[in-house]
Amino acid sequence: MSVSVRFRQAGSWLRSPNVAIGGAITVAFVAIALVSLVWTPYAAEAQNIPARLRPPDAVHWLGTDGLGRDILSMLMVGARTSIAVAFVAVSIAALIGVPIGLWAASRQGTLLDEVLMRANDLVFAFPALLIAILITAVFGPGAINAIIAVGIYTVPVFARLTRAGAIALWPREFILAARVSGKGAVRISLEHILPNILNTLVVQATIQFALGILAEAALAYVGLGVQPPMPSWGKMLADSQMLVSVAPHAALAPGITIFLMVLGVNLLGDGLRDALDPRTGS
Amino acid sequence: MISYTVGRLMSLAISLLLASLAIFLLLEVLPGDPAQFMLGLNATPEAVAKLRSALGLDAPLWTRYFDWLLGLLQGDLGTSYTYKVPISGLVIDRIGVSIPLAVFALLLSMLIAFPVGIIAATRRNSPTDVGIMAATQIGVALPNFWFAMLLVLVFAIGLRWFSAGGFPGWQDPVQALRSLVLPAVALALPQASILARVMRSALLDTLGEDYVRTARAKGLSRRQTLWRHALQNALIPVLTIVGLQFSFLLAGAIIIENVFYLPGLGRLVFQGITGRDLMVVKSVVMLLVFAVVVVTFLVDIAYAMVDPRLRRVAS
Repeated sequence: MSVSVRFRQAGSWLRSPNVAIGGAITVAFVAIALVSLVWTPYAAEAQNIPARLRPPDAVHWLGTDGLGRDILSMLMVGARTSIAVAFVAVSIAALIGVPIGLWAASRQGTLLDEVLMRANDLVFAFPALLIAILITAVFGPGAINAIIAVGIYTVPVFARLTRAGAIALWPREFILAARVSGKGAVRISLEHILPNILNTLVVQATIQFALGILAEAALAYVGLGVQPPMPSWGKMLADSQMLVSVAPHAALAPGITIFLMVLGVNLLGDGLRDALDPRTGS
Repeated sequence: MISYTVGRLMSLAISLLLASLAIFLLLEVLPGDPAQFMLGLNATPEAVAKLRSALGLDAPLWTRYFDWLLGLLQGDLGTSYTYKVPISGLVIDRIGVSIPLAVFALLLSMLIAFPVGIIAATRRNSPTDVGIMAATQIGVALPNFWFAMLLVLVFAIGLRWFSAGGFPGWQDPVQALRSLVLPAVALALPQASILARVMRSALLDTLGEDYVRTARAKGLSRRQTLWRHALQNALIPVLTIVGLQFSFLLAGAIIIENVFYLPGLGRLVFQGITGRDLMVVKSVVMLLVFAVVVVTFLVDIAYAMVDPRLRRVAS
């Protein structure tokens, strides 16, 4: 595909309202996370007990929490945690799951295929959040283990999707032509199969990223995510729970933030799917 | 059909066996000695060693695994390290909260999703449809534990219609059900949003099929075609998702039970993790996995009964 065709395609995607709105929200959050590396209104961990539970005003735009920390600053740093955990988890899961799926499809019907797919089923037998809780409970709470926890149940999602897509392609004529020209299974998988299922995989990655954000927040909420003083959205919700009747703003701000982030990424995923597959468009 | 069922039963047994091994090995890696944890930091090494042998912790790994597995097969979930009572007793108490909660949430989810999905599909691209789809996007993106907090803020603290948490027990069924309303709503809403979207797209698929056009050409009204032909076929994928949602509800309940301080299986797992009561964690997690695998199996069988093509594909 030439560069100009790709640009035109990107232009038509942006005309889809879902892609435009979802993309804008997602980009905005990534930008906020990046800005937080160099600037936040206050230091996110700085406690100021006399100024605790302040409602939003000109000094603290989103108010302060139970320890007098600036909620906006905490949300900005929390965006970093949230996005980093979900992004790294989904990327690693795709890097493991996609080759497994390609490999299984190229050996369809063999013992290897059977073993790989049964291993996938095994992970699916555990409710996703239960795996995440067990992993973080066993290896200890923290960012790295949250990534592993979210990544583990995402691997089989990619493996299954890749295998299904690849199996549908293997009998096609252009693959046959590649085989006749002497290409091996690995080269065919990488050069012909992968580019043809990439669209589906990108859409799935978007959906998994949104689920990753929610899972990270849930883990942090029950105390198994990143540890204090590192702010995270889920932890902020947990801290605000006891004070929800006196300081509802402290519970609203992180909740709305998680909601907006997930909504944005989901809209982006839905829009991309519709744009890439005309059959599902309305 | 029989050979299909037997085949599926075999793979169900293998899944459960592998799952038990995975859970057992995972929890073996857990740092910290349960005996040391139970006795505290000041315990003498002799006392710890004595308790270890009393708990059977000094037996070899495989012996412990097979003892546990044999126990499970006989319905013996082991003895809790911290409560010092049989885990089956603890589980039976907690199931009285967890199962009604999951069923309540599942029913609620279907009650919301089915009509909403049908309305959206039959009025495709109308403002109603667009509005419903937008609402489901919101439902999917809401973190359920935050939604639970909002429900508490409005309906428990503000309006005082429901309690903010806790469970009074089934002696008073009305109060018991009341205390499950907010948790069930919190669990059901995101699931209902997903289900409504599945219902809509499944119905749109069947409404475009030739047999639906034939039924209309035969002179059936739109309504008759919908109820007699399209809906029945659309329900197949929808019920698969309902089966899968059971697993989500069980896992989601772990968090929601913590928000509402409900004494369910989720809280039991949590207390087991924080108290290093590995026996409780192992057995309850195995029980949850068992429930998920069995429900998936039942959905597969139901699916194959409705759609004979699947039996051939699988065998």
